[in-house]
Amino acid sequence: MSDATMLAADGTPLKRSLARALRRQKLRALGLIAPLLIFVLITFIVPIASMLFRSVENQIVENTLPMTVEALADWDPNAGKTPSEAVYEALYFDMFLAAEAKRHTRLGTRLNYEQTGVSSLFRQSGRALDDIGKETQKPLEELNNAWKDGETWHGIFNATDNADTALLDLQRKRVAALTGSPASDEVNFAPDATLYNLLPKTTRAYTAWAVYTATQQGRDPATRDPWEAVATALALDLRTADLSAYSGPGADLLAEAQTADLPVPAMATAFADMDEDWAGATVWKTIQTHSSTYTSGYFLNAVDAQKTPDGVAWQPDDKQILLKLFGRTIWMSLLITFSCIALGYPIAWLLANLPMRQANLLLILVLLPFWTSLLVRTSAWKVMLQQQGVINDVLVWIGLVGDGDRLIMINNQFGTIVAMTHILLPFMILPMYSVMQTIPPSYLRAAKSLGATNWTAFWRVYFPQSVPGIGAGSILVFILSIGYYITPEIVGGTKGVFISNRIAYHISSSLNWGLAAALGTILLAAVLVLYWAYDKIVGIDNVKLG
Amino acid sequence: MKLTKTLLATTALTLASGTAFADGHMASDMTLVSWGGAYQSSQQNAYVAPYLEMNDGVSAVWDESSAEAVAKLRAMNEAGSVTWDVVDVVAADAIRLCDEGLALEIDPDEDLAAAPDGTSAADDFGDLLVSDCFIPQIVYSTTFGYRTDLVGDTAPTSVCAVFDTEAYPGKRSLEKRPINNMEWALLCDGVAKDDVYDVLATDDGQQQALDKLATIKDDVIWWSAGADTPQLLADGEVVMGSTYNGRLFAAIEEQKQPIGMLWDAQVFDLDGWIIPTGLSPEREARARDFIKFATDTQRLADQAKYISYGPARASSAPLVGQHAELGIDMAPHMPTDPNNAQNTFLYNYEFWADYRDDIDAKFQAWLAQ
Repeated sequence: MSDATMLAADGTPLKRSLARALRRQKLRALGLIAPLLIFVLITFIVPIASMLFRSVENQIVENTLPMTVEALADWDPNAGKTPSEAVYEALYFDMFLAAEAKRHTRLGTRLNYEQTGVSSLFRQSGRALDDIGKETQKPLEELNNAWKDGETWHGIFNATDNADTALLDLQRKRVAALTGSPASDEVNFAPDATLYNLLPKTTRAYTAWAVYTATQQGRDPATRDPWEAVATALALDLRTADLSAYSGPGADLLAEAQTADLPVPAMATAFADMDEDWAGATVWKTIQTHSSTYTSGYFLNAVDAQKTPDGVAWQPDDKQILLKLFGRTIWMSLLITFSCIALGYPIAWLLANLPMRQANLLLILVLLPFWTSLLVRTSAWKVMLQQQGVINDVLVWIGLVGDGDRLIMINNQFGTIVAMTHILLPFMILPMYSVMQTIPPSYLRAAKSLGATNWTAFWRVYFPQSVPGIGAGSILVFILSIGYYITPEIVGGTKGVFISNRIAYHISSSLNWGLAAALGTILLAAVLVLYWAYDKIVGIDNVKLG
Repeated sequence: MKLTKTLLATTALTLASGTAFADGHMASDMTLVSWGGAYQSSQQNAYVAPYLEMNDGVSAVWDESSAEAVAKLRAMNEAGSVTWDVVDVVAADAIRLCDEGLALEIDPDEDLAAAPDGTSAADDFGDLLVSDCFIPQIVYSTTFGYRTDLVGDTAPTSVCAVFDTEAYPGKRSLEKRPINNMEWALLCDGVAKDDVYDVLATDDGQQQALDKLATIKDDVIWWSAGADTPQLLADGEVVMGSTYNGRLFAAIEEQKQPIGMLWDAQVFDLDGWIIPTGLSPEREARARDFIKFATDTQRLADQAKYISYGPARASSAPLVGQHAELGIDMAPHMPTDPNNAQNTFLYNYEFWADYRDDIDAKFQAWLAQ
């Protein structure tokens, strides 16, 4: 007995053989549910996760203004000075590419959530950018007609032997990040490493243009004239470049341009002329504060706080609303859940205890609302509850209230609670009913025959057994009502709206999906916490859905 | 995410290649997005049906999603599968779609038909071309209607009657958003019309507008759907309320409700087409072809036979005739009619594009107080 292992018929140890059989069984089971699992994963989990992920995502700033963000990193927002000329220069080149790709306005919308006015600032600046470039492009082309020709530029900057592939890859990455579409197609251009040393800004601007032209517009950069920003970059470079040792292609053209003393735009002034906001520190603070790849800003906004250059601060008093709405949503959902219990319990009891025929009829009445559109049911409550509505008319007719002071029962919390209790009631009754059906009537009779009063028999014997039904119904109703949107919107007025109405607003109207995702995540977390608390207090095993 | 994108992209490709072969240059199916209801049927009657008649084998389906068009287009664009060909949106949404890169830029002189007298499209539409991507169709206005039997002997003639609960007791309905309401509040608080947006750009000005609104806060029912005010007026729930002028026209002329129009300080707004970005060349060509036809002078004038919104082209105005079913002259019911347009307000798109998020937060917080 001591060392003898049990063997299966084929001689393998029984333990291993059993494990293998079990594993095979599990795999088969998994294979059977795989279609459903994959379906749920692709159509449900992944979209929700990616939506929630937006609550921290903030790549748009550094994707659109990569060089500006980098240059701005060591600017001190509290020194009371605007950033250096280098930052404005970086902004010009970033903004130029972004405007060509029509991405600057998208960033403007993003930053407008943080600072009012950025939206039109970016839109207008994008339009005005061309003028800066034209100031240098024109004299350059007047100086020598060759600059009008795309082949001249390509001939100068295209590498013959020592190409700087790192620069090319960097610009490919930049364009891909900016446009959100791949930039890996053949470009028919590689930047010359020698010129990159001598004329860094120009080579970079030309490479960015070439990559954008080739990969996003499908055109050959060799035959096309580069955009104004390249001419501007050349003028900037030529101020300081030492071209004395350079003898590559276009050496005499470049030398001629350098001696011609091209007009160089002062970027800080040019931007200030465009819009005086650029000459202030506020917009720069906003860009700097919100330039990180991932941000806590949306979550802060979701709890009525905000990210400022000096750390976290509360929103101004007159903009604080979301915490209040969270509280109201949870409080009113609890109220609705309790009114559903109060109204549903007797009905479920009746259903469970009536003879079959009547019970079936009653069940149909309970289910009937399910067959009517939600909007119809909500609008029906409008007709019932409004001041010139059915209930008020009846009350006035029988003389309970005067015609002058009809009751206000809609467009407030009362309206929301009534309409939602009505709509969610079946979700409470059905689980209760299915639990109550399983409670044998003999228990109550036994309790009474042992001397319990009606109340004691109910409270000590019947009620505890029906708790799993209440639990299941409450969880259903509470979770449904916490995310309810259309009913509060229609009958809630100003004091009866929920947080989901704000989420809907940010999804469909303000397009602030980051904030909507943060609000949604908080709501989800709140539900999970309440679920956990319920499990601790009542125990989730006590819940029976049927 | 990658997998879904690939799946969607391949589906889109298969679909696109399927339609591409149907016609050498233009796709033969169009999905038009609009608002549903009377407005959409005016479009169907005025230019979609004639267009389909002219172009054999072309079919069009409607999607009534204009209210959520911006969010849905953004989602479609991110998924890489845009299923809409032309989308009807209000001007403010068109500006946002243009900003987001979700709508194609239009060259009015090239893409739109010139007026019959040769005036270029750019001049014919004039100032109404508020965005590079937007082709206006109609001018509508948000204005007030009042119950003729509930306002006593003196019918209101000024928008400030809304704030005068002594002369006109009873509830009013206003839209549950700051736009328009803030302007009206300032106008009735003594701010000159030209200064309204300057005042509204300041914190104090916003507070001033909210304070003015606070004087009637208890008497307001806030609406969020355009059909609310006509219903509230018809039921006698409110004595006056704001909504789109076409809704009031339908309530007054078609349903014969005892409602009067208060045109004072009506706010003009525009509604029109955009073409989404990311369409295949065939579909884009079809969309452009349709738009060129649907926004020419005669077609826009035809639309006014079915609904009381003013055509966006100057050259269409003289062609506006009678209502197709009621047989009444439409001109006096147009918001642009000189009698109605004595005191008007033009929605300031730039201002609201900037201030919308900020003021909306304040407005909603004020509502919830």
